Amino acid sequence: MSEDLPNRRLIQGNEAIVEGALAAGCRFFAGYPITPASEISELLSDRMPEAGGTFIQMEDEIASMGAIIGASLAGTKSMTATSGPGFSLMQENLGFACIAEVPCVVVNVMRGGPSTGLPTNPAQGDVMQARWGTHGDHPIIVLAVSTVLDSFEITVWAFNLSEKYRVPVIILSDEVVAHTRETVSLPAWDDVEVTDRISPDSPPEWYVPYEGNSTGVPNMAAFGKGYRYHVTGLVHDVRGFPTQRPEEIEAFTSRLFRKISQGFPEIQRVKSLFMEDADVAVIAYGSVARSAHRAVVMARSQGLRVGLLQLVTLFPFPRRLVEPVLNQCKAVLVPEMNMGQISREVNRVNSSACRVVKHNRIDGQLITPEELMPHIVDMAS
Amino acid sequence: MAKEVTKLVHEYLRHDKKFPHVWCPGCGNGIILGALIRAIDGLGLEKDEIVLASGIGCSGRLPVYADFNTLHTTHGRCLAFATGVKLANPTLNVITVMGDGDATAIGGNHFIHAARRNLDLTAIIINNQIYGMTGGQFSPTTPYGSHASTASYGHIEHAFSISELAVTAGASFVARATVYHAILIEDMIKKSILNGGFGVVEVISNCHTQYGRRNRMEEPVAMIQWMKEHAVTVEKARNMSPEELQDKFTVGVLADVKKPVYTEEYEKIRERAGAPKIGERSA
Repeated sequence: MSEDLPNRRLIQGNEAIVEGALAAGCRFFAGYPITPASEISELLSDRMPEAGGTFIQMEDEIASMGAIIGASLAGTKSMTATSGPGFSLMQENLGFACIAEVPCVVVNVMRGGPSTGLPTNPAQGDVMQARWGTHGDHPIIVLAVSTVLDSFEITVWAFNLSEKYRVPVIILSDEVVAHTRETVSLPAWDDVEVTDRISPDSPPEWYVPYEGNSTGVPNMAAFGKGYRYHVTGLVHDVRGFPTQRPEEIEAFTSRLFRKISQGFPEIQRVKSLFMEDADVAVIAYGSVARSAHRAVVMARSQGLRVGLLQLVTLFPFPRRLVEPVLNQCKAVLVPEMNMGQISREVNRVNSSACRVVKHNRIDGQLITPEELMPHIVDMAS
Repeated sequence: MAKEVTKLVHEYLRHDKKFPHVWCPGCGNGIILGALIRAIDGLGLEKDEIVLASGIGCSGRLPVYADFNTLHTTHGRCLAFATGVKLANPTLNVITVMGDGDATAIGGNHFIHAARRNLDLTAIIINNQIYGMTGGQFSPTTPYGSHASTASYGHIEHAFSISELAVTAGASFVARATVYHAILIEDMIKKSILNGGFGVVEVISNCHTQYGRRNRMEEPVAMIQWMKEHAVTVEKARNMSPEELQDKFTVGVLADVKKPVYTEEYEKIRERAGAPKIGERSA
């Protein structure tokens, strides 16, 4: 059997993220040990040098985040991986990646929190932190994975989005997805579609490093290629130099948001199951989407018209894909392993008569299909 | 001579874009920038191969004036960013500029670990013994008993000795100079770059605005005079008694050793892992 599918492998979610990163062209990883993300570091310490890349274990997560930004500025696709406590430490330099528009991917394998919390239990408590964790107004992309195959494919996609839009992309996994082993058939690197940042092709003296264009994404020169320019965490003008002029600040910040909002149709992704005729839906993401999937299949077998909307992109919140579901259904269920971080977003965009039902579990245990069933039966009746 | 030096420095400055600078009249930072440029020019390095990175504070503003690949990072994190730059492209010559608070308070962890790893880059630390830009709060190098905006009753903490800390943490090259010893700064930066490992060049500088005014040295000249009178060369210090050295500090080379360099060591890891040769690698 394995001879027929040479790429068929039994791997855990964390390993699939490693494979996805390498396939996407990531050649620099900096990290700090933390449960339940450590396997990503361990595996990349072997695989990175093999691929001609670099792995480094830094002194903390602040440094890890700084190092991947530095590597990206030098022209190398880069990633770090952590869990809640480390993710908190990364917020400072994540903001730098936002303002200086440095492509990079940050994996947060969520565990119970706050603080040291529940190191070996799953949770989804970092959703809002992923969106708003670093200070100031900033655009960011947050994606959620729910299976081992997802962990591969969405990691590749995260790099592609990050490179295309010059924005940090956060991948939210959780302890269940990270450590669940599933058989997957991964494509060869050559068969993976990879996007690279656009380098300037103009002579260095013509290069205006932060000049907007129709996409809002400036071309990006790597250090050492002859384009000597300035990169700073201060708000800067189109040349990259600090500015305090209101019109330049306004233009800069607007462009940061515009470049992402123009890309909404590409960036916002969901998966739908049985939604065509559904009058009740479950909106879920991450490992909870797996339980929701099972619950929806069970409900369908009982003749209930229930569908699943799985959010792959959490932020920018896929309003234009959620709204039609809210208009179509009389009720939606939003199960989460937190106190209701995405249900709050669903409520925010809900302008119809649709009832938004929360189901929250905060005891460090995965939500089961069985516990969703009573809600679904109740909503469908 | 002076004219020649000025002409040389102008070749390396973004003089048409970024001047006047933000520093106070009489600040030592300009002397250090000049020495850095002369060192780079003296070694015949290309502008394109230099990455000049900094953190936050008055020192953090130094790279923007120079025509290199320049990177103004977050407070204390400059060595972390520089680590990524250097490892992603080891052919780049990475130089960092930090202040005393930047390098040894908020960035202290990154500093000792960069030294321990022996990452091949040069860290210039401008030690003016105070947080200048934020208004004169005490830093890890503010002397015991002196005054700061957060120590108006007199400072009760004890100062780090940055260079000695760097030696202990494992830096390959460590030297100290002052802005009075401008030629020495240039020489130490050259030696640090030539050493090839993690090099630290601590430069004692004057912040008369925030430190001097609170500590009876209102004028830059008074502070530079203090440096002249209290600095003793490493060579001379060897023959001095502890009593004679009581209120003095040493200038010159404190460590200059050859150790395995991080990027070279990592290249061996790649070979052991069976990586394709440089040039045949994808991505």
